Amino acid sequence: MKFRVAREVLADAVAWTARSLPPRPSVPVLAGILLEADGSQLSVSGFDYEVSARAEVDVQTTENGRVLVPGRLLAEITRALPPHPVELIAEGPRLAIACGNARFSLPTLPVEDYPSLPSMPSAAGIVDSDVFAEAVAQVAVAAGRDDTLPMLTGVRLEIEDDQITLAATDRYRLAVREFSWRPETSGLSAAVLVPARTLAEAAKTLTSGPEITLSLSSGSSGEGILGLSGKDRQTTTRLLDAEFVKYRAIMPNESLANATLPVGLFTDAAKRVALVAERGTPLRCEFTPGQVTLRAGGSDDEGQAEERCDVDFDGDPLTIGFNPTFLLDGLAAVHTDRARMDFTSPLKPAVLSGVDEPSTDDEKPAPATRPGSYRYLIMPVRLPG
Amino acid sequence: MGPAEGCTVLHVDMDAFFASVEVRRRPELAGTPVIVGGAGNRGVVTSATYEARRYGVHAAMPTARALRLCPTATVLPGDMALYGEVSRSVMALFRSITPLVEPLSLDEAFLDVAGAGRRLGDAVEIGEYLRARVFDEQGITCSVGVAGTKFVAKLASTRAKPDGLLVVRPPEVMGFLHPLPVGAVWGVGPKTEETLLRLGLRTVGDLAHVPARTLQRALGAAAGSSLHELAWGRDPRRVVPDEPERSTGAEETFASDVDDPAVIHRELLRLAERTAGRLRSIGCLARTVTIKVRFADFATITRSRTLGAPTDVGQELYDTARALYDALGLQRARIRLVGVRAERLVPADAAPRQLELGAREHGRREAELAADRAARRFGAGAVRPATLLHRSGGSRQAGR
Repeated sequence: MKFRVAREVLADAVAWTARSLPPRPSVPVLAGILLEADGSQLSVSGFDYEVSARAEVDVQTTENGRVLVPGRLLAEITRALPPHPVELIAEGPRLAIACGNARFSLPTLPVEDYPSLPSMPSAAGIVDSDVFAEAVAQVAVAAGRDDTLPMLTGVRLEIEDDQITLAATDRYRLAVREFSWRPETSGLSAAVLVPARTLAEAAKTLTSGPEITLSLSSGSSGEGILGLSGKDRQTTTRLLDAEFVKYRAIMPNESLANATLPVGLFTDAAKRVALVAERGTPLRCEFTPGQVTLRAGGSDDEGQAEERCDVDFDGDPLTIGFNPTFLLDGLAAVHTDRARMDFTSPLKPAVLSGVDEPSTDDEKPAPATRPGSYRYLIMPVRLPG
Repeated sequence: MGPAEGCTVLHVDMDAFFASVEVRRRPELAGTPVIVGGAGNRGVVTSATYEARRYGVHAAMPTARALRLCPTATVLPGDMALYGEVSRSVMALFRSITPLVEPLSLDEAFLDVAGAGRRLGDAVEIGEYLRARVFDEQGITCSVGVAGTKFVAKLASTRAKPDGLLVVRPPEVMGFLHPLPVGAVWGVGPKTEETLLRLGLRTVGDLAHVPARTLQRALGAAAGSSLHELAWGRDPRRVVPDEPERSTGAEETFASDVDDPAVIHRELLRLAERTAGRLRSIGCLARTVTIKVRFADFATITRSRTLGAPTDVGQELYDTARALYDALGLQRARIRLVGVRAERLVPADAAPRQLELGAREHGRREAELAADRAARRFGAGAVRPATLLHRSGGSRQAGR
């Protein structure tokens, strides 16, 4: 194997693939990155039985071939190379890398022991890559991180014809986002659970092209995988085999009070007040017409903080407590200048949603939840007393 | 100058508390050596009557050894619920005298009676009054130290034992303190004592008469200066009422070392359930769970994790305790003891509680509260997790 490639292009592809390498591989070959040169194409792949990643790069190949090299080391080297074309040459059991005046020689891993990457399932449809990245980020923030509850570490992906719904919850908050896409066949209906961390990472890094192709195999063999293919990059992840909560039943279907918040100002105020909230203690929000008063801390051996913020509030005055992190995560995910919060009671979930800015006329139309967009439910903290 | 001039701090200490409560319950044992403690081959003495102490028996001694010293002793397993009840009555009595009551454990407390007024007389009269009331109401004796500081009051009650009262007025403090061995000073454990003895400092008087800087060089700045101050009877600590309980927990020494993870898990579950029950009975939630593991060679480690939300639910304590244990990655290490502690307690009614989306109204916590009620009616362990059903009462019941 022998090829020449632009340093930047190689470094990007290797860094992207190395991201999905397992930190503690179960077998040594899984720490490797597979380089396959074939004509003008180099593919850079990694796989750990859960997630596979494969990047394609244009190269000038003198000799086709494939080698398996230690992935993290290759990533560090390519990142550090000087800005010159890079030449890679397989020399017996070693890989030589030459770039400018720098020379490396790496041991290779036994390529014949490397598992073959799962083949990409058949394409299900196409999403706009920016929409997908935003939607996944908005939802994955609510996923749990506790691996002992696999159901909560996933993002539920539901396809119903030309609508996709993503949902995730860690029991304390629930994020739901809907968006439209272009399915291959109409009338498609599917629901899968995708590991949240992997999905978030993939969605974030597949935005170099305008579109992403989603591929699904619900797996008659029981091995369901989701494939995501962007420009020159594709990744697959094994699906979680778990039931997801019946989240639609949790969504409150009434709203007895609502507030419209300036997201930036309210976020800044909440962050300041939360500084004194020790872990596990809530941010207390007292909503009255025209304003909300945020408080935290309070007992003698803690700090105390209080800040008022102007909001539109419609309903009977309400005092509700939130875990500050949960609230701030939601505020950071709405991606609008103003957000709406709907309440039923201090012990029932509050629903945060973005407010579409009306055209700049003075009279204020009642802000409404955008149908089919983003909702973030937060279960409150019951305040003492 | 009155007999208690300058003395406002009382240290009240029950005499051989657990053993005395047992003797009260079984009067035929009065005047005989009684040991409260574990009976198995690894049981230790938690309390012994003065009759048993005469044979050299003391707390923390292996029960087997105590029985060799005093073969006629009656060994009783102990009844923490009963001791807790007696303790609560005694503390309530103290609080009827002054709100400034600082319990140190079930059987001792500091009282500050500066504000108790003239109604009951001076500190000495109050001390004698308390001793009489405790004996009348509980049928057990206690000893009282009366002094101007907590440090001296505690030493005085130790000196007064059993069934006595000693007042150390400010002018008498040096005469009282200085002949005492350095090991009697608060904060001087075996290590520090050894250091001091190596410096030729045997008595509190010796400590008082070396420059503070010498002590600081030997023991560190803080410990050195505090020791110097104490040696002159100066103790700025005030009586802090009702110091909330900082932690509660349970541990189990296995009858023989265990290397089976399933057995350890089951024991952690049992200890977590017991700890959670204790939390609920004192109305507290724990923010942190700590496990303790002692290996066959006595090496002991602890691991802690702070919970997302404070809890008093046994299942949550267990999940965390088990995760901590599993994270140790032990490969069939031989384990002598495991313990579960709930720490950083907060009062349940003052604690905010993170609610769960779509949680069942009657979850695990409600199940455990129902089990508590069953236990009150039918005895401890009436309802317990199925995993624990096949066990008899645990190794502490092992016959001797």
